[in-house]
Amino acid sequence: MLAKRIIPCLDVKDGRNVRGVRFSADRDAGDPVELAARYDAEGADELVFYDITASAEGRAIVMDLVRQVSEEVFIPLTVGGGIRTFEDVRYILKNGADKVSINSAHVHTPEIINQSAESFGAQCIVGAIDALRRSGAEDEPPAWEIYINGGRQATGIDALEWVEELVGRGAGELVLNSIDADGTREGYDLELNQEVARRVEVPIVASGGAGNLDHIYEVLTEGKASAALAASIFHFEHYSIPEVKSFLEERGVVVRQ
Amino acid sequence: MIAVIDYGMGNLRSVQKAFEFLGFTAEIVAEPERVSGATHLVLPGDAAFGDAMRNLCAAGWDQAIAEGIAAGKPFLGICVGLQLMFGQSEELGHHRGLGILPGQCVRFPRTERVPQIGWNQIAIKREVPLLTGVPEGSFFYFVHSYYVKTENEDDCIATTDYGFDYTSIAGSGRVFGVQFHPEKSQAHGLRLLDNFARMR
Repeated sequence: MLAKRIIPCLDVKDGRNVRGVRFSADRDAGDPVELAARYDAEGADELVFYDITASAEGRAIVMDLVRQVSEEVFIPLTVGGGIRTFEDVRYILKNGADKVSINSAHVHTPEIINQSAESFGAQCIVGAIDALRRSGAEDEPPAWEIYINGGRQATGIDALEWVEELVGRGAGELVLNSIDADGTREGYDLELNQEVARRVEVPIVASGGAGNLDHIYEVLTEGKASAALAASIFHFEHYSIPEVKSFLEERGVVVRQ
Repeated sequence: MIAVIDYGMGNLRSVQKAFEFLGFTAEIVAEPERVSGATHLVLPGDAAFGDAMRNLCAAGWDQAIAEGIAAGKPFLGICVGLQLMFGQSEELGHHRGLGILPGQCVRFPRTERVPQIGWNQIAIKREVPLLTGVPEGSFFYFVHSYYVKTENEDDCIATTDYGFDYTSIAGSGRVFGVQFHPEKSQAHGLRLLDNFARMR
């Protein structure tokens, strides 16, 4: 049986790992290479490196880290943050990453998804969205809006429609980051994950809001997510990856031990 | 020297790095004529089947691979590399494969999420040197939308359950293909690559 995945995310700024709370970097959380090695040894199923500087210098630093990590760590590595062009995608895949997570760029130039998936295969093209829940009346169906540029800029785009567009263009996986939940440690947005899972057939990675073990369990079962991505609950050793996996396994979730 | 075949697609460096980590010499080889200097052949791949096959043939790799296998060199196809070993694929229209093993490559039904992405287990059907020290039920990292159907039952070395059991390791003699990425599968993956590299 396919195991549910636990994915630590390293938010990298100036070569350090920082924690994001509602998208602002506020606190140093250690050396990314050391953290990556620790997560690998603990049984992380993948690692995500997120370049939160999103400048050319930032990209070079992140890719240097990825190269260092990939010499020793034999699990899949994803790089995201600030990807603008097809050339960025090519550069990242050529330099040791297994997958590229594309966020704002697919709103500006959706063709980047088609072109990247056609050239490198859908399996390495991850469509990431930052979604903010729209406030509506009680009897209205739930809706979310896509935000770009690190969650700062509204687009007016309906998230549930846009995920279908992304998959249609070739994204092989989706990362759903809830702006409402990000950094709050109050739980993933279960409804967002459920609604997207009903609309697309690709795997979904839930992101934003993990605060305890129940949150992870809920999003992987009720939330229909294939994987749970988390940052601060791992970096500050609130929980270790083996703890998370044991908790899930005791409750009947298939994990890789 | 282990030749990691470069036909313009796929994350070749990670395969090379895994062999280097294990203490073997592996080179990314873009010229088919260099096969004669290789002891082992590895065909990686994670692009689309049709493009991959076109690139392989355009560079003359189809022939070089056939000659290498005929000369008795151990061969390992990884992911799309496994799929290419078979006769044909229905991916994005019909495509002919290398035809090293009889069978075909078909898309997963929509009963589960497609692509399958993540760690899944193998059930071993046939003991082979490639799996020495790899326990039954070991997890490997998979990323794929298509799977292979072997025509000869004996060519199926291990299966994996994704709503149904499909062939995740195929092979015959010294020719092997794995649907998962051993270079991304931690200790079990490295063990499998080590077993392959030690074949003489």
